[in-house]
Amino acid sequence: MMENTFILSTVVENKPGVLFRVANMFRRRGFNIDSISVGPIEENGLSKMTITIYGDRDVAEQTVKQMSKLIDVVKVQVFDYEDTVQRELALIKIQFSSNKSLSELTNYCSIFRNRVIDVSPGSMIVEVTGTPEKIDAFIDIVSGYGIKEMARTGITALQRGTKK
Amino acid sequence: MSKISGSQALLEGLWNEGVRVVFGLPGGAIMPVYDALLDSEIRHILARHEQSAAHMADGYARASGRPGVCIATSGPGATNLVTGIATAFADSSPIIAITGQVATPTIGKDSFQECDIVGIVTPVTKYAFQPMQPQEIPLVVKKAFKIASTGRPGPVLIDLPRDIQINVADMNVPKKVDIRGYNPHITPHPVQIKKAADLLLNSDKPIIWSGGGVIISNAATLLREVAEFLMAPVVTSLIGKGGFPENHPLSLGPIGMHGRPEANKTICEADCILAVGVRFSDRSTGRFDEFGKDARIIHIDIDPAELGKNKKVELPIVSDVGIALKSLIASMKRKIVKKDKTLWQKRVQEIKSQIREGDFGSGNGIYQSQIVKKIRELLPSNGILTTEVGKNQMWGELYYQVIEPRTWITSTGLGTMGFGFPAAIGAKVAKPDVPVVDLAGDGSFRMTENSLSTCMAEDIPVIVVILNNSTLGMVEQWQRLFYDRRYSGVKLGNIPDFVKLVEAYGAQGLHAQSIKEFEKAFKEAIISDVTTVIDCPVSPEEDVFPFVPPGRGLNEVLFDSEGQK
Repeated sequence: MMENTFILSTVVENKPGVLFRVANMFRRRGFNIDSISVGPIEENGLSKMTITIYGDRDVAEQTVKQMSKLIDVVKVQVFDYEDTVQRELALIKIQFSSNKSLSELTNYCSIFRNRVIDVSPGSMIVEVTGTPEKIDAFIDIVSGYGIKEMARTGITALQRGTKK
Repeated sequence: MSKISGSQALLEGLWNEGVRVVFGLPGGAIMPVYDALLDSEIRHILARHEQSAAHMADGYARASGRPGVCIATSGPGATNLVTGIATAFADSSPIIAITGQVATPTIGKDSFQECDIVGIVTPVTKYAFQPMQPQEIPLVVKKAFKIASTGRPGPVLIDLPRDIQINVADMNVPKKVDIRGYNPHITPHPVQIKKAADLLLNSDKPIIWSGGGVIISNAATLLREVAEFLMAPVVTSLIGKGGFPENHPLSLGPIGMHGRPEANKTICEADCILAVGVRFSDRSTGRFDEFGKDARIIHIDIDPAELGKNKKVELPIVSDVGIALKSLIASMKRKIVKKDKTLWQKRVQEIKSQIREGDFGSGNGIYQSQIVKKIRELLPSNGILTTEVGKNQMWGELYYQVIEPRTWITSTGLGTMGFGFPAAIGAKVAKPDVPVVDLAGDGSFRMTENSLSTCMAEDIPVIVVILNNSTLGMVEQWQRLFYDRRYSGVKLGNIPDFVKLVEAYGAQGLHAQSIKEFEKAFKEAIISDVTTVIDCPVSPEEDVFPFVPPGRGLNEVLFDSEGQK
């Protein structure tokens, strides 16, 4: 069966131990988490956990069912990657050896609509927001200069359109 | 509203949930609860090891259909419960495990007898609570019972820090609870039921596969109605024995690795399988891809995650088994067309008549089956049989006909040796008026044999039949078959003298060297009001056949070690 990226958009209780229970279920069933992001939502006491997984449709379906079984999980939706809008944020520290390199990097940043948020002698920190593909593409281009450090948040996503 | 302590709130909560007996063993971090127990009407049964306390609660739950409760202290007390909790989890048995914990200010400081029991049991419980305020306790207890006993039942743990057991608070006891992430779906989709009725009525060779869910849902009568309406043969899983009377003409017994050969053969020939309250365990199905490959499968289960987990089925139905069977009967009765099944019935009779039990096994392989059949003959139909795990369990599976639900109690999913004896004690506490027998092996019995103390001190008479082959027999059988008779770590020796051992506890010990002696001993045990252990020396070479080797399909049955099929 075709392997794909799926996005699980889940609403969970915002209390200690919930992330442990979710992570534990993934470990026990041998499913892999590609990325995960967690934050509170508008409703009191709840959080949204956005988890991306890679696998075939059966794995996605079984993951949803096992997630739904967890008492602290209030709601689970699974989306095909294509049906969602996703955003991820990355902070990337890039080194440069000359003013020429610096201006090249600044150029790339403006093409990708990134923001340079810090510059020190020999290195700069860039904030990249966008789809994971856009971030990957930017990393590709600047990796030749030398990436000193990087932090990515993982995907957060919503389904397109009026469906909820 | 009056202020009471956390311990009192716990015991009141238990009482309100109908708990009249708990099984446990105290220690430092649970002492406030034990102190409050003195002023409570709840009976406490003292186990001699926490693992046994958990199995007792499990046996109690399976025999009665109500949650069983066990109590242990923090640290080692709590970890000793884990095998019992995992056993209950694997077999969907509702137990509530209550553990002491170090006081809240000392949690996380690696204090004496501190252990993260919530973290440890998370994969083997439906849920684990750790209230941090005494006033949370009434709601936590209520939630725990709701979670443990509804939907697909299972164990729930409540971990109580020592200070909140002591501290007093105004307790607000909720009438009902609402858990927003927990709403088991219990009614079937009507369209799916209609489809199921069509499939079954239009099939030529239907078969019903009945599992533990039928017993949990108290749906044995409804299942029987479906079977008799369709005149379809019924097979069970190992844990499902008792969901359909095995002395019924439509019964073929359990399928699986050590299932009845007629059951395994018939299900391979069926063109439609109604799988009810089963989870497609590999021990039942053999190879998943071979199982039911010529059949259209309908699968009814309350746990959505079981549908399609091990085997893709044509018609999955999420529902409580009883409710689904009820609507299925109604739906089938409305249909006019019903395919004739006489040819299939003839074929099933033919398969049955081809099975000659004398052909099973090697050497004098009849003796242990005779013992098991004799137990059935002498035990009333509501008498309860528990088993240990190993050859004893498989002899029971093959030869012990279970007539009524909740009278066959065995650890199937986890396969826990040492389960049967304490589970028998729990079952006897639940059903004091019926005889309870543990069908044991010498290896398993020794794992929890110290529960004899509990039997004697608490006056709970049970019967233990030890099929004593002085080996870890099932492992030895596999070493004989698959490891070229290289026996590793299985010889137990003729140790101890079981009659002397049980006499040291003050229980009655009897020897039985022949079926005649066994009959005499067992009759004596049934009328005795003291726990009786019957030691039956048997040959370790008597292997359990028929046998579907691991990783094979159910049609590849071995009838003896020579590989005769």
